[in-house]
Amino acid sequence: MNEQELRGLIEDVQVGRLSRRGFINRMVGLGLAVPLAGQMLAHAGVALAQTKFDYKPTKRGGGGALKLLWWQGATLLNPHFAVGTKDQEGSRIFYEPLAGWDGEGNLVPVLAAEIPSVEDGTLAKDGMSVTWKLKKDVTWHDGKPFTADDCVFTWEYARDPATATYTVSTYGDVDVEKVDSHTVRVKFKKPTPFWADAFVGTRGMIIPKHLFEAYKGAASRDAPTNLKPVGTGPYKFADFKPGDMVRGEINPNYHEPNKPYFDSIEMKGGGDAVSAARAVIQTGEYDYAWNMQVEDEILQRLEKGGKGHAVITQGGNIEYIAVNFTDPWTEVDGERSSLKTKHPLLSDPAVRQALALLVDRKSVQDHVYGRTGVATGNFVNNPERFKSKNTKWEFSIDKANQVLEAAGWLKGSDGIRAKDGKKLKFVFQTSINAPRQKTQQIIKQACQKAGIDLELKSITASVFFSSDVANPDTYTKFYCDIEMYTTTMVQPDPEQFMLQFLTVEVATKENKWQGRNITRWRNPEYDKAFQAAQGELDPVKRAALFIKMNDMVCNDWAVIPVVYRPRVAAISSRLRARMSGWDNDLWALKDWYREA
Amino acid sequence: MAHYLARRLIIAIPSLLGISIVLFTVLALAPGDPFEELASNPAVPPEVRASLRAQFGLDDPIYARYLHWLLAMLQGDWGFSFASRVNTDTLILQRLPTTLFVIGSAQVLALIIALPVGVYAATRPYSVFDQIANTLAFVGFSLPTFFTGLLFILVFSIYLDWLPFVYSDVTATGWRWYWEHIRQALMPIAVLGLFQGASMTRYVRSSVLDMIRLDHVTTARSKGLAEGTVVVKHVVRNAMIPVVTLVALQMPIVFGGAIVTEQIFRIPGIGSLLISAILANDTPVIMAVTFVFACLVILFNLIADVLYGWLDPRIAYR
Repeated sequence: MNEQELRGLIEDVQVGRLSRRGFINRMVGLGLAVPLAGQMLAHAGVALAQTKFDYKPTKRGGGGALKLLWWQGATLLNPHFAVGTKDQEGSRIFYEPLAGWDGEGNLVPVLAAEIPSVEDGTLAKDGMSVTWKLKKDVTWHDGKPFTADDCVFTWEYARDPATATYTVSTYGDVDVEKVDSHTVRVKFKKPTPFWADAFVGTRGMIIPKHLFEAYKGAASRDAPTNLKPVGTGPYKFADFKPGDMVRGEINPNYHEPNKPYFDSIEMKGGGDAVSAARAVIQTGEYDYAWNMQVEDEILQRLEKGGKGHAVITQGGNIEYIAVNFTDPWTEVDGERSSLKTKHPLLSDPAVRQALALLVDRKSVQDHVYGRTGVATGNFVNNPERFKSKNTKWEFSIDKANQVLEAAGWLKGSDGIRAKDGKKLKFVFQTSINAPRQKTQQIIKQACQKAGIDLELKSITASVFFSSDVANPDTYTKFYCDIEMYTTTMVQPDPEQFMLQFLTVEVATKENKWQGRNITRWRNPEYDKAFQAAQGELDPVKRAALFIKMNDMVCNDWAVIPVVYRPRVAAISSRLRARMSGWDNDLWALKDWYREA
Repeated sequence: MAHYLARRLIIAIPSLLGISIVLFTVLALAPGDPFEELASNPAVPPEVRASLRAQFGLDDPIYARYLHWLLAMLQGDWGFSFASRVNTDTLILQRLPTTLFVIGSAQVLALIIALPVGVYAATRPYSVFDQIANTLAFVGFSLPTFFTGLLFILVFSIYLDWLPFVYSDVTATGWRWYWEHIRQALMPIAVLGLFQGASMTRYVRSSVLDMIRLDHVTTARSKGLAEGTVVVKHVVRNAMIPVVTLVALQMPIVFGGAIVTEQIFRIPGIGSLLISAILANDTPVIMAVTFVFACLVILFNLIADVLYGWLDPRIAYR
């Protein structure tokens, strides 16, 4: 799909031939993130139909206690030190950003009075700055007013390398200036299409200047407010035990009327996911549980009890198989999978195509993941790809056989195909996790029928995902032929995500395997397209570039997507919560209420 | 006596040093990095990780880190948690009351069951009561706590819906506070108490059985003392010597918590702190908790030895 076709689709939306949702679904089908699709529509002047959330309570408070169960408890409550979602969520109870992302990928103002736009002149046409107008009459929990100074301070705090915040990349490259007491301007060093990063969503929570001012830089770890947050959120801090319990009580001065509904909130940590699902769905002891890494079969059985159910939110996580383009079995300069080598078997596109054809995604979805992993083949080469979601991937042992046969890989007496004396034998590694081992088995069986021998290898997750330079089994070293894991889109914008196929990002000994390009797939054309997208201000052109990049990766079978992994949470039947796959679970905690 | 104590305490120092060196080296050599999540997050530049590693002294050689840790420990500084950015002693002290309450109650429950049952069974060996008590005791210590814990949850929380299975902060006030506390602590205490009680029953029984056959008991009986007096004064008192030692040696476990049970019931005790620290590669916390355990083991060993001598005057300290 090129730029013209995209513009055609947008026109369809404008004249009403295509629904907004239909457009977004198609973009998702192309591998674009929902927020980017929304951005394209907004740019074309299609009104952002904000997802309506029906908030029924007519007064503040009176809802009793809201009990949340996080099977990994929050360990710290400073949003700029919060690397894992558990800590971000804990911080989000108390702190708020200027705007958050809703489930449709729209920006929703929280501490901002409105969302910047080109029409208002708050979003610079040249992409060099964005101006945020702040809500007035917002106070911190200690009664001090919230002003532009707090935003400017948050930027100074987060960008200081000595503070060592996890949000430094968001704030390091921008400049923030105060325009007046309730207006701030974020200035970029180069035209920036994705302007909604600083002060937005998970990385945008604003901290109070008056409490953190003395603890900037190296003194940051001594700030008492790290453990006793003072924010602007719907609940005020009451108590915190790291790893176990976060408690809050109602903020009587919250800046939105009639909110929040609950009188207090408790976020209990610890335990395991299955029993957390039980406590919400089966016994109703808790109202909400996060990150249900539980087999769908179990969830469905629990749901029969009827006190709650699973909520599934579409986000940007994908379970995929990475194909090694370098030779993992030859050591060059003390490094295997070195860029100086070429994979003896997988460098043949026919072999990669056959592998892609041999991944039975439907069985993986039906027998392993259920609702928690939706079969996808977004990237698989198929002319029918844009017509329907279900035809975009193909599983065919026959076709795989044909492809291999045509490329000269012939079956030997042992049933394994070979060419020039090289046998089609691969080592397939992944982390130890029951669904992954089952998926490995499904793929191995199909491969056997096509004359490919897979040796399955499973590695403890703590080793596989570690950055331990001394360990040969990490996923970044990729000392095997193919491997499978989930890659996460940490930002609603695909730029960061697509970084993982850049030539400069290849994980090597030189960069201690910290590069993001694991497959070691390289394509100068891709690099050029990426650079173009970085500075492209027209969202449609930019989207077309990202689609092109996607296609390049996929048409070359550098990766084989398996399933989409939506976010799964357990929720009490009476609780009404506003969910989003593009922000924290608690991004709209202020709107949560319980049906009588 | 004082001489003996002093000598034991002096001997304890090199053993503690040895333990700390072993712990520290094993932790330092173990794979994993406390800032691992940073490495796999594309939005966090590697410099942040490097600067954090430098800030927390992770790049120094092992011996330098060990000396640093040892000096800090001698000054009462237990280290600083990487994951929570809190002093480790604060974390441990936060968890200690819950552990002491739950595990302590379980030990008391175990004693309350084991003493009468064990003694009664031993005074009537191979009677019906003894057979039943024996069988139950075998069943009790054969079933691991994670199994009984899950069984209890299934029965009492899910089918009967009587008790909560998430141990959490109680916000209620007045008498309800106590009621809620008892309700949520009932299952974990019962699981641990019954497990401990079962093995202790066997211990008490065999200890009493050894004693009851001795000549001084026969003498007491032939003096015409009441059976109750014979059992309590002449049998149980002597039989308690090994039991007291056993209980004293179990005290470090009381502080250490019960990792599995704490995980099942989400009890915020030391055991769950240790497990989450291990999962997060939070080495200062792991180091502090395990080192405290080591100290407690050595301390209670000493106490057991002293108690032994006090209960049995035949033992002399030299």
